[in-house]
Amino acid sequence: MKRLLTSIFVFLTLSVPAHAAGFDETINTATAPIAKFIGQIVFFKIPIGDANLPLVVLWLVIGAVFFTFYMGFVNIRGFKHAIELVRGDYANPDDAGEVSHFQALATAVSGTVGIGNIGGVAVAVTVGGAGATFWLIMAGFLGMSTKFVECTLGVKYRTENPDGSVSGGPMYYLDKGFAERGMAGFGKFMGTFYAIGIFIGALGIGNMFQSNQAFVQFVNVTGGETGSWWADKGWLFGTAMALVTGSVIIGGIKSIARVTEKIVPFMAIFYCIFALMVIFMNFDAIPQAISNIFSGAMTGEGVAGGALGALIIGFQRAVFSNEAGIGSASIAHSAVRTNEPVTEGVVSLLEPFIDTIIICTITAMVIGTAQVADPNFAGEAKGIAMTSAAFERQISWFPIPLAFAAMLFAFSTMISWSYYGLKGWTYLFGEGQTMDRLYKLIFCIFVALGCMVKLGPILDISDALVFLICVPNILGLYFLAPIVKREMESYFARIKSGEIKRFKHG
Amino acid sequence: MANTYLVAVDGSAGSLRAAEYAADRAKASNSNITLAYVIEWSPYSFHTPEELAERHKRREEEIERAQSTILGPVAKAVKDKGVDAEVVVKHGHPSETLAELAQEKGATQIFIGRKGESRMAALLFGSVAGSLVQTSPVPVTVVP
Repeated sequence: MKRLLTSIFVFLTLSVPAHAAGFDETINTATAPIAKFIGQIVFFKIPIGDANLPLVVLWLVIGAVFFTFYMGFVNIRGFKHAIELVRGDYANPDDAGEVSHFQALATAVSGTVGIGNIGGVAVAVTVGGAGATFWLIMAGFLGMSTKFVECTLGVKYRTENPDGSVSGGPMYYLDKGFAERGMAGFGKFMGTFYAIGIFIGALGIGNMFQSNQAFVQFVNVTGGETGSWWADKGWLFGTAMALVTGSVIIGGIKSIARVTEKIVPFMAIFYCIFALMVIFMNFDAIPQAISNIFSGAMTGEGVAGGALGALIIGFQRAVFSNEAGIGSASIAHSAVRTNEPVTEGVVSLLEPFIDTIIICTITAMVIGTAQVADPNFAGEAKGIAMTSAAFERQISWFPIPLAFAAMLFAFSTMISWSYYGLKGWTYLFGEGQTMDRLYKLIFCIFVALGCMVKLGPILDISDALVFLICVPNILGLYFLAPIVKREMESYFARIKSGEIKRFKHG
Repeated sequence: MANTYLVAVDGSAGSLRAAEYAADRAKASNSNITLAYVIEWSPYSFHTPEELAERHKRREEEIERAQSTILGPVAKAVKDKGVDAEVVVKHGHPSETLAELAQEKGATQIFIGRKGESRMAALLFGSVAGSLVQTSPVPVTVVP
């Protein structure tokens, strides 16, 4: 075990040339063209007027709209029931000690509430204008239905391993679901495609992007690009972060993970409270900020591609944050032992709601109201640094706790994604200690790499890979949606008739 | 109909004394004994995805271990006194789960051992016997 950790360290230190400052630069120039190439393939764009609509975004939007209608607005209909399930109203006391609905939700939310909620929103508002916020919320609302479908399927088609643990997620439902429909070969292909995508994608969205943005905010609070001793020490910060991550996922030091998982929900609440305070401190700017969101959504003023441009950016960032359509959350949800797969789908409705409709919107309002009060409040700052500046206008010391929160969000997201990636990997190579370790080692190296490259190329690579796995996932969801619909209708009918018993708050 | 006595077992010497005490009473009144061990667990705690995937396996292991190493010896002591003992392992909040279990089994009395903690320790960590006395639906006998 120690050997593995040492080898990460040795690998990273040996690869640092004498002039460490130049190393970050070298990595940057090496990755930029790769990022550009992958980005061009995945985000193949169709020009509509001035806007360029990436096909993959269109794919996601159509999917989310279709599932919302096909499932009869389950995102509204199932909302109250989702809260009852999380509260434990339908939990059979005999199952105490198994994973509860609350735990599955909390784990999945820790995985999705990440840097995207703080930094990603700033990117959306910078590129897509205030109107992107409207489409962000819309995407969150529609994404609830997509999540419902994928999490229901995750539980329905999970695999129980001989040792009693469970493996689930899109690779399993694509594989088994298509096999049931007599397309075993195609299912196997789709499952494999997804598994490869998620294990590589995990290195981007769930890894490099997170560690990169945590580092950016860290530099920001220790003196900025010019003043901080850390500014050109991405390799050092990255190595440290890689070692901590490695100690949890390879070393099995559960205490660190447990502490993080416990702090993150409180951090999220703490973040929301302070964000609301800042919004109210900008009280005069609120009406204007809200009106900007609506008018921007319809007219797309000042945005490349107008309203459509704002819509594209909003949807893209929302998916990046709440992961609806990516299928990752269904991996976490499949651990719940329930006879009714639909219950997990219903619970998962709350994820895009919490992540996008609540947290992202609050961040967008913090930035939006700051912009109204002072259009140049952030100067050149982008991403998380821009969000930080919006907070700093009102609460001067806030960037420091924000940096702390960012690091924790990044860390918990990385832990969740290391598992998602691992499940893709084990689907391909089987469950086995040695291969597991190898994957986890690669994962840690990428944590370090994330701190060495600039935001642009990283965001491109990670976006591209994550959107790529939406293709097989959503295609599978279309094929399997009738099964989900049948189960959903039967489930809600049995709830109504009282056949499914309520244990509390009856 | 024979009465049922519920005995809370936690593996301590105190809970063994409680079981033996209850066995004597049960023998005299021709009652049955249910020995219960509660594994402390909250449905609202936080876990990593890896822990979730292994939860079912762990739960089975926990129940198995509680049955063999904690309840086993106590059940034997009770049987040695010539009284039938049923064993139950549950996950949950200790005193709440015991109270629910008493109702479910139709127990007429709960027996529980006392650790004899100082007042300070009881204040800091709470005491299962103490809270059970407050919430139990049936009489509770605390065995010192």
